[in-house]
Amino acid sequence: MQDAPIGPTSRRKSKYTPRAVPVSEDGERLTTSAMIASLDAEGRDTVAAPFGNALCDLAAQRDDIVGLTADLSKYTDLHVFANAYPDRFYQMGMAEQVMISAAAGLAREGFTPFATTYAVFASRRAYDFIIMAIAEENLPVKIVCALPGLTTGYGPSHQATEDLAIFRGMPNLTIVDPCDATEITQATHAIADFPGPVYMRLLRGKVPDVLGQYGYRFQLGKAQVIHGGSDVLFISTGFMTMRALDAAKALKAEGTDCAVLHVPTLKPLDTGTIRKEAAKTGRLVVTLENHTIVGGLGEAVAADLMRAGIHPAFDSIALPDEFLDAGALPTLHDQYGLSVRAITARVKTRL
Amino acid sequence: MSTETQHAGANVSLARRAWSIRRLALRMAEVQGQGYIGQALGVADVLAVSYFHALNYKPEDPEWEGRDRFYLSIGHYAIALYSAMIEAGILPEDELETYGMDDSRMPMSGMAAYTPGMEITGGSLGHGLGIAVGAALGLKRKKNPAFVYNLMSDGELGEGSTWEAVMSASAHQLDNLICVVDFNDQQADGPTTQALARGDEAPKWAAFGWHAQEVDGNDLDALVTAFDTARTLSDPRPRVIICKTQMCKGVPFLEEREITHFVRVDPSEWARAIAILDDAIPA
Repeated sequence: MQDAPIGPTSRRKSKYTPRAVPVSEDGERLTTSAMIASLDAEGRDTVAAPFGNALCDLAAQRDDIVGLTADLSKYTDLHVFANAYPDRFYQMGMAEQVMISAAAGLAREGFTPFATTYAVFASRRAYDFIIMAIAEENLPVKIVCALPGLTTGYGPSHQATEDLAIFRGMPNLTIVDPCDATEITQATHAIADFPGPVYMRLLRGKVPDVLGQYGYRFQLGKAQVIHGGSDVLFISTGFMTMRALDAAKALKAEGTDCAVLHVPTLKPLDTGTIRKEAAKTGRLVVTLENHTIVGGLGEAVAADLMRAGIHPAFDSIALPDEFLDAGALPTLHDQYGLSVRAITARVKTRL
Repeated sequence: MSTETQHAGANVSLARRAWSIRRLALRMAEVQGQGYIGQALGVADVLAVSYFHALNYKPEDPEWEGRDRFYLSIGHYAIALYSAMIEAGILPEDELETYGMDDSRMPMSGMAAYTPGMEITGGSLGHGLGIAVGAALGLKRKKNPAFVYNLMSDGELGEGSTWEAVMSASAHQLDNLICVVDFNDQQADGPTTQALARGDEAPKWAAFGWHAQEVDGNDLDALVTAFDTARTLSDPRPRVIICKTQMCKGVPFLEEREITHFVRVDPSEWARAIAILDDAIPA
């Protein structure tokens, strides 16, 4: 294997090279989709603002539910809650550190705060406040963050490609990466019932709904087989489970039988289920995540299987350890290997 | 009730409380042969007024819902707060000699999970005031009339998060929040006023929408007046009391020593310092 190059690994062209207007294969202009909400929705059922509506349902049942935002309520779907329960909504301004600290203070006084912002700001800017004010004291604050991984074309300022890696090192913190609208709704209730701190990745706006058709129900801390298969075992988290299901369909048409194991709770990891599935012989194991290859699901699963003495053929589909490009999301997903086309191509090289 | 000095002007009892806090802190520091004794001696008067005049609490029930919350943002001041809480009967005096040892309930830096009466885990500076904002919001939600006090250092004025919290408290009109700044002009690498806190602090806080007072933090009468004003003010603004204190106050040979963040005390000097206090017990 070659040594990794020293220095920037970006594949970007020089900023001094003029560019032409990009067009699709059909000759249409390619425009940027800022959020994932509408990206994956073609031909799928969607649900509007599942997190905001679930939080309203919760608030109707529980007086202890409060919501905080750092000037991003419209972009985390918390505005739905803010409109329904204005007196239980705290606009903390563009100040993530005090939003997190104040959530800790509210939790100290018996409330269950949902603190929302973008994943980049929670993981990068507010880390010290989350770990010391919330995690160290095991307070029941729920940090729910939009734009996880590569779900915006705005570039590294908004792409939280390393949030799971950052948060996995934090003791006491439970980490959830839901797949779709059904799961976001169920997980919102489940994390509210859980007595400790939680970081949950969020898809907002019109969110695709796919798991319902498999009779799936979210259970905090549990990995679940969505469907079986004899040639490949996909172990996936977040919306990559949607992609894994689509890739399984595409591969099935070509005679490859793929199982999908969905792992919405990254921490604590359901190692029992993962080991049991990975130990079934004769299957290529492929992890899929909307996150850098460093420190996410793939490394967590690989390390655990090594410790358990389970050694299947193994591959990881994840984002590269790079600052990603700005651009249109479908292009970027293809470029960085998260699209169904990229997944199926990758798997075929490993069979 | 712990309000001991309703008779204005005398404050004899508070002087005795401050003396006790200093003496307990010296005993704790002697156990370890080190400790933030300069800060503890400097802030003893502020803590005496807090715990024996201003705060409402039940020593036997540190989590009593009606208590005023006292947040120690500056974790390394724990030695001072343990002393105040021992004096207040919240912590037992006979555990004093466990200070900083394995399995102690009194670790060197204050943590909520270790110590009864220690409300938050401080130490990562610039955290207390933000948590206090949330607690003050929570108390208002519950219609609980208690106050939240946040004791912070002047060094924490350099943390950006402090100013997020300052703006937030003002925006939410947290009149149940009292921030107490121990301004001893000493942070780890030198004088605070040669670092970031170069402005006139009280007008700065006032400009952010706070009711701001600046007092001699080693003057018990002045502290009582300032705390009373902060508690009884009919005004939606959050309150700050900037307490100008002297490191090592009460032990002249240490006061004269070159003052640093971590005051050097030789092993033989602990007994000498305690003896000096014992020669001047307040009535």
